[in-house]
Amino acid sequence: MGAHGPAKGFTRWLFTTNHKDIGSMYLWFSFAMFLLGGSFAMIIRAELFQPGLQIVEPEFFNQMTTMHGLVMVFGAIMPAFVGLANWMIPMMIGAPDMALPRMNNFSFWILPPAFTLLASTLLMEGGGPNFGWTFYAPLSTTYAPPSVTFFIFGVHIMGASSIMGAINIIATIVNMRAPGMTYMKMPLFVWTWLITAFLLVAVMPVLAGAVTMMLMDIHFGTSFFNAAGGGDPVLFQHVFWFFGHPEVYIIILPGFGVVSQIIPTFSRKPLFGYDSMVYATAAIAFLSFVVWAHHMFTVGMPIAGELFFMYATMLIAVPTAAKVFNWITTMFKGSLTFETPMLFSIAFVFLFTVGGFTGMMLAIAPADFQYHDSYFVVAHFHYTMVAGAIFSMSAAVYYWLPKWTGKMYNETMGKAHFWISFVGFNLTFFPQHFVGLAGMPRRIPDYNLAFADFNMMSSIGAFIYGASQLLFLFNVVRTITHGKPTSDPKVWEGAQGLEWTVATPAPYHTFTTPPDAKDVEKHG
Amino acid sequence: MTRKAKRLHQLALYPVMTLFALMASASVWANPEKYQVNMKPGVTDLGHEIYDLHMFVFWICVALGVVVFGLLFYSVFAFRKSAGAKASDFHENTTLELAWTVVPFLLCIVMAWPATKTLIDIYDTSEADMDVLVTGYQWKWKYEYLDPNGGESVKFFSSLRTSQAEIHNEEPKGSNYLLEVDNPVVIPVNKKVRFLITANDVLHAWWVPALAVKRDAIPGFVNEVWTKPKETGVYRGQCAELCGRDHGFMPIVVSVVEQAEYDQWLADKKKEAAELAALVEKTFTMDELVSRGKNVYQSKCVACHGANGEGGVGKALAGSPVVTGSAQDHTALLINGVPGSAMQAFGAQLSEVDLAAVLTYQRNAWGNNMGDMVQPVDVYNVKKGQ
Repeated sequence: MGAHGPAKGFTRWLFTTNHKDIGSMYLWFSFAMFLLGGSFAMIIRAELFQPGLQIVEPEFFNQMTTMHGLVMVFGAIMPAFVGLANWMIPMMIGAPDMALPRMNNFSFWILPPAFTLLASTLLMEGGGPNFGWTFYAPLSTTYAPPSVTFFIFGVHIMGASSIMGAINIIATIVNMRAPGMTYMKMPLFVWTWLITAFLLVAVMPVLAGAVTMMLMDIHFGTSFFNAAGGGDPVLFQHVFWFFGHPEVYIIILPGFGVVSQIIPTFSRKPLFGYDSMVYATAAIAFLSFVVWAHHMFTVGMPIAGELFFMYATMLIAVPTAAKVFNWITTMFKGSLTFETPMLFSIAFVFLFTVGGFTGMMLAIAPADFQYHDSYFVVAHFHYTMVAGAIFSMSAAVYYWLPKWTGKMYNETMGKAHFWISFVGFNLTFFPQHFVGLAGMPRRIPDYNLAFADFNMMSSIGAFIYGASQLLFLFNVVRTITHGKPTSDPKVWEGAQGLEWTVATPAPYHTFTTPPDAKDVEKHG
Repeated sequence: MTRKAKRLHQLALYPVMTLFALMASASVWANPEKYQVNMKPGVTDLGHEIYDLHMFVFWICVALGVVVFGLLFYSVFAFRKSAGAKASDFHENTTLELAWTVVPFLLCIVMAWPATKTLIDIYDTSEADMDVLVTGYQWKWKYEYLDPNGGESVKFFSSLRTSQAEIHNEEPKGSNYLLEVDNPVVIPVNKKVRFLITANDVLHAWWVPALAVKRDAIPGFVNEVWTKPKETGVYRGQCAELCGRDHGFMPIVVSVVEQAEYDQWLADKKKEAAELAALVEKTFTMDELVSRGKNVYQSKCVACHGANGEGGVGKALAGSPVVTGSAQDHTALLINGVPGSAMQAFGAQLSEVDLAAVLTYQRNAWGNNMGDMVQPVDVYNVKKGQ
């Protein structure tokens, strides 16, 4: 057959079955969604800059908080990590491509229509979804705007895309590892994605079930969630969070994997406890199925339920602590350099741990009665989602960009991006802990004067953080067009693993014959 | 005293005065405060318990943070390659890995113990001195004081008092901006008050930080919470569960008073209700109805239908076919609302007198000039005929 290059023109992208092309499309798509979801956040923060209503009306504000959440979770973070998985998993395990290339193409190409559908609701009569990204019934059923049906259809398509992506990843990892690449030698990014994929396959159908029940309630006269018809609004929350809690680990686990690759590389030292990292990931994934109702402590559960979910949630601290200690002891007695990917990874460990501490506080059910649905929660989950998923994603892009493009990014600009993001992020979300504890509920367009100063700080921070992402975009585009060419397969001095044995830039087809992975050592 | 000396004297006094102000506000705090960075214990034993728990877990986190971040920053500084650090073979240490598994586990137990105790206290809603039924509506609260002897209960709605002008930055905002209501809940001090919380339409959540109470209001369910405030005062909170457009505009104000004052208030409320019921029989003049109706319109209708009936979220009322149509249909629409829209059923929310007044006002304001009146008894008959 021999190596051949990609087809030309638009059909290259439309019909491609190449994991690298599909990975790139996922990454660009997710970045576009990141900017869209980010612009919604900018509108939110602009309105909250001062007390009083200045820029948008409450109705539109609710659409912004809803769409910000939906677009960031389903459009930005999840596809970004799928893109990364597409690019890296075959190269990390020595496979020529994904196991199911045509399905791979399909699972990407149904995403743009799904999000077009979702975004178009903003232009519809009655406006877009305005019931929060958690879309609690009956606000999202009986009281929803007519566009909710488009939202349901959009969620169905995204769910189908995620399930296909997950099946593909499982099939690839199980079947296509190079000879000698045993499970307990796989890079941690592959491990975390394998576990994530199982979570996806388990819970995305539950989400599909929840939105289907909504659809039935809205259009076909059922009363799953309508108390007046004998239904149960609390059932919705149980179903949603049975999906929703594993979902937050779906978002964060691949990030754990990325950081577990990068920290050993720039510490020039293998991951401190590879095996325990694998087991900790599996433990977190298992626990994620039995803690969902900690999102519902104030719903009025019986005390036995309350206690069970409190204890189970607290237990998550154990494997999570093992991870944090592992990253730190990997750096301990290493030989550290601080290129942009490493800076983002260290910040990840630091900020994610802060989010973990507030998570511990939120797990304490009686105290949660004061924190619940306040800005304290908003601060908490942005420390885990943004500093967790987005920071690790940024780290991943800088880390592998030279391998993808054969060009070196501008280190100064990368560091500037890091420091501006770091300052902007903390300025945005740290004060939100304070206003939350002082009594500011989340999802409100206007607030008492006492909350004004911290909200203004938060908004300024958000604008800084938002702007820093444009610098990121500029740096990546500039690398592709004007970057300093490099052909060193390893790129980074401390890098180890099969992806660093192929040429730089990575050829269109890699590992058409499987490499010998017998001598590959556990690394990160 | 010279002017300069006087000025110095004043300057010296400022910090002292500020300190006093802070102390005073700390003892009876009701509102969130500028630059408040932490939760407050509030005015109940339960609130203190929760606060102590919060601080206990917080300090454990701080201690862990010192260790973890200390180690992180030490590693970053001590093992820089630029400072000549060479990577060692330090990895896979079973003792260490066991330690960082066991210690967090033990810490979990240390935290779970007091948390369980507090949770049990929170769930003990037995032997309450009185019950108040709280119902969440889009976007107001209804309070009903259940009579222990099965008599007529006192009930009223409580909605935002902050004016649209303040919200839209046309007037300066007061210190209770968005945290003030027309009818506060009144409860006696040192009594165990049980709140039975439910909702009429969508989910809401009843949250008063100083009373250490937050519970979801769910249609079809009744949740129970309790509080026993030890200090009189006015305590403010907000709806905590997204409930639609005006989620940010449905505050809660609880006024805790001495028992005698509470008894008087309850008696007054009962009397008021009896008087209002009696008014249904009375025939009002046009002026009486229009002036009362204007007030009702300002508080209940203006947010959706506009100050001049020009519409907004709701339909325009000036020249509206319903308002300028038959009085009977107009009345029925106001009583029943428009299902599936933001137009609520006001029949249960307003008295016959207020309904009649606002109907008459709408029919004669903004060029509608229908010239007719709706009397309370007409409203009563429409309600009854359904």
